[in-house]
Amino acid sequence: MSLKKFMLAAVSAIALALPLLAGAETNQVNMSVGATEIGAEIYGLHMLILIICVVIGLAVFAVMFYSIIYHRKSRGYKPATFHESTKVEIAWTVVPFLILIAMAVPATSTLLEVYNSDDAEIDILITGYQWKWKYEYLDENGENIAFFSNLATPQNEIYNAQEKNPNYLLEVDEPIVIPVDTKVRFLVTGNDVIHSWWVPEIAVKKDAIPGFINEAWTKVTKEGIYRGQCTELCGAYHGFMPIVVHAVSRAEYDMWVAAKRADADAQAAMSAQELGLNELMAKGEAVYNGQCLACHGANGEGGVGKPIAGSAIALGDIGQHLDVGIRGVAGTAMQAFGGQLSDVDMAAVLTYQRNAFGNNTGDIIQPADVVKHKQG
Amino acid sequence: MGDHHHGPAKGLSRWLFTTNHKDIGTMYLWFSFAMFILGGTFAMIIRAELFQPGMQLVEPGFFNQMTTLHGLVMVFGAIMPSFVGLANWMIPMMIGAPDMALPRMNNWSFWILPPGFLMLASTLFMEGGAPAFGWTFYAPLSTTYAAPSVTFFIFAIHVLGVSSIMGSINIIATVMNMRAPGMTYMKMPLFVWTWLITAFLLVAVMPVLAGAVTMMLMDIHFGTSFFSAAGGGDPVLFQHVFWFFGHPEVYIIILPAFGVVSQIIPAFSRKPLFGYASMVYATASIAFLSFIVWAHHMYTVGMPVAGELFFMYATMLIAVPTGVKVFNWVTTMWRGALSFETPMMFSLGFLVLFTIGGFTGLMLSIAPADFQYHDTYFVVAHFHYVMVAGAVFSMTAAVYYWLPKWCGRMYNETMGQVHFWISFIGFNITFFPQHFVGLAGMPRRIPDYALQFADFNMMSSIGAFIYGASQILFLYNVVATIVAGEKVSDEKVWDGAEGLEWTVPTPAPYHTFEVPPSPELVQAHG
Repeated sequence: MSLKKFMLAAVSAIALALPLLAGAETNQVNMSVGATEIGAEIYGLHMLILIICVVIGLAVFAVMFYSIIYHRKSRGYKPATFHESTKVEIAWTVVPFLILIAMAVPATSTLLEVYNSDDAEIDILITGYQWKWKYEYLDENGENIAFFSNLATPQNEIYNAQEKNPNYLLEVDEPIVIPVDTKVRFLVTGNDVIHSWWVPEIAVKKDAIPGFINEAWTKVTKEGIYRGQCTELCGAYHGFMPIVVHAVSRAEYDMWVAAKRADADAQAAMSAQELGLNELMAKGEAVYNGQCLACHGANGEGGVGKPIAGSAIALGDIGQHLDVGIRGVAGTAMQAFGGQLSDVDMAAVLTYQRNAFGNNTGDIIQPADVVKHKQG
Repeated sequence: MGDHHHGPAKGLSRWLFTTNHKDIGTMYLWFSFAMFILGGTFAMIIRAELFQPGMQLVEPGFFNQMTTLHGLVMVFGAIMPSFVGLANWMIPMMIGAPDMALPRMNNWSFWILPPGFLMLASTLFMEGGAPAFGWTFYAPLSTTYAAPSVTFFIFAIHVLGVSSIMGSINIIATVMNMRAPGMTYMKMPLFVWTWLITAFLLVAVMPVLAGAVTMMLMDIHFGTSFFSAAGGGDPVLFQHVFWFFGHPEVYIIILPAFGVVSQIIPAFSRKPLFGYASMVYATASIAFLSFIVWAHHMYTVGMPVAGELFFMYATMLIAVPTGVKVFNWVTTMWRGALSFETPMMFSLGFLVLFTIGGFTGLMLSIAPADFQYHDTYFVVAHFHYVMVAGAVFSMTAAVYYWLPKWCGRMYNETMGQVHFWISFIGFNITFFPQHFVGLAGMPRRIPDYALQFADFNMMSSIGAFIYGASQILFLYNVVATIVAGEKVSDEKVWDGAEGLEWTVPTPAPYHTFEVPPSPELVQAHG
């Protein structure tokens, strides 16, 4: 292979790559600095090591290419015979070792900071489920705020029947809300398999391990919306459980907390009411699309899960139907939704299942029935 | 048994019952190439699905089966057996031995491989599908939440492990007992050294893997709770056990590759390897360190900070012996008389790309930075730089380098050069952009991705198709050489090559070194 051929190949490789790069100026090629001090520090560490590696790499490759170009047999270059040199070998062992120490010092101090989750003002318990996140704001008086956060991207966008919106796969029905300039501690765990909660721009990645609680923290300095994803393979829909963090001012956060509490009260009041079929069906459809559709199909035709349309459970005994919905089916992907859905939502979605997809039972399940079933 | 020069048996029984190291080596090489194509097909399905955002070709569950099988088949079916095949062919010829020390076990260690992989591949057709929990099979996704086929997966892993352990014992026994007179340890070719160390790693860690899958089996079928917190176990225990196997495993893959490159670079530089002794010590240091760094795959599981620091420092240390190796290769080339036949091109490709993979490895070792890299495409890019551009490029170089000795025919050089450049370019188009999407936040093992990753993923897929297609050229070139390549008869096919394998006739006869080479010959080629 002559040098000319080599250059030709290199140029054609670049030429091949260019059109792909040209239309992609917005493509991010590096880690983001993020919206936290610790994230900026990690970014600095990343750049420091990257630059050291690039410099060493260029030096090594320069020597190598000098040989490739000048020490060629085709140029009639006569080979030297030298080998072994204790001095050189000690040098190229000791110098890299010193460079490593120079890297280890800042890495250690950053790591110690990452591990210091003391003095957090807010504690949020994050639980990974197949395939959604549950957020529970821990309150000293036991009045926790808890909700699930599901993928909000419609199936039609995923299956290319509809144009994808800019936040495709990175949008949820209910984001986690945190105040800026406040140290927030996350207690991370898993409900079923191992998940991992990662939001690059707030520099938190922690595994959610069933039976164990991990700690992480953040202190966001800029208001904004930050998006992330599950990063530990957790089953079929691992790619479909995003994370959205709203970092807001302290005042906004307090308002949000108040609204969530009022909402919880309203839900409790609603549980005590009798609801009509139409109301339950409307609510049930929304719950079905958010919670059931991925496994049971848009028309109840089944998929990962069993069909709902014409199923013995949806058409049969109400008690059994309640049981499957609330307690799940052990040993299958059908989870226990009793702790995930409010009593109103549970009543609505079961009513919907019994009256949609041609299952015209006319049955109505009230929130009170759900409460009663849970108790007995 | 007066006839010392009997040839191979005829027909199928030659291959079924053979105890000849060359026959067994050949079968290993062809088997591993078949697995390379199979694993490559899975990779093409993965890249085709990832060509554009949205789900197009496969369902998410099947996508996970593909990533899982791609990893398992490539690691256990393609790369590992290919180097075992190379060891079978070359180690006896390099140390002046007539065959491997344990020839019947050699036959057995090959012949249990195909049924093992048949069992693994058959899971694709089972109810619930093939394993879909990644090649690292973390519990409880691989236990409580796995498809029923996981039991077949467990037995397949056992079979492959038994095969590997037998193969390693054989290599250790051969190298320790069958070296020709005068072939001291510090005269052995580096390929033999790297394999000896690799074999010890295999014997040490394969039983650990067997332990991990056996614990899974117990959890699934016999009511134990090794990996379930609900019963007093710990899912993270699985990761510790797995990576105690898994980290040495990656050196099991790369050390023989180092050995190959250490044979080829001096040959085409026409100059001895710069620091033979330091290469041996560096290999041994890497092997030792590989046992004390496993938890760097687990920085985000919530280890205590002291553990995190220990594993970070130990992992960073690996850069020292690895650097020694790279510096040695480059210094070997320095003021040599270089020529660039295909084996040399693949070795140089290895050198450049493996070095890049080593640098990203160093970046990944920095625990706080790893919190941002972990489980993203940055990691995918890193390990493909070391596994593909490292192990596979080196294996390809080895085939071009020794093929003329094996079959007495020369491959087509132009086609070899074309194969190299298409591979090299295709590989980089595939994996270089994956560094970018990884840093930008794309997790690995997802069947669909956000729109900002679209352009680089399309580029990656195009590169993968190019790299995949280049292997057809490779297959064609090898087959055409064996069938109708230009005949070569020089014992020393390459003018700069050193070693006892170049003192036997070309093509290498069915039996070599039935009488050990003279100490003078060993001295001259050591």
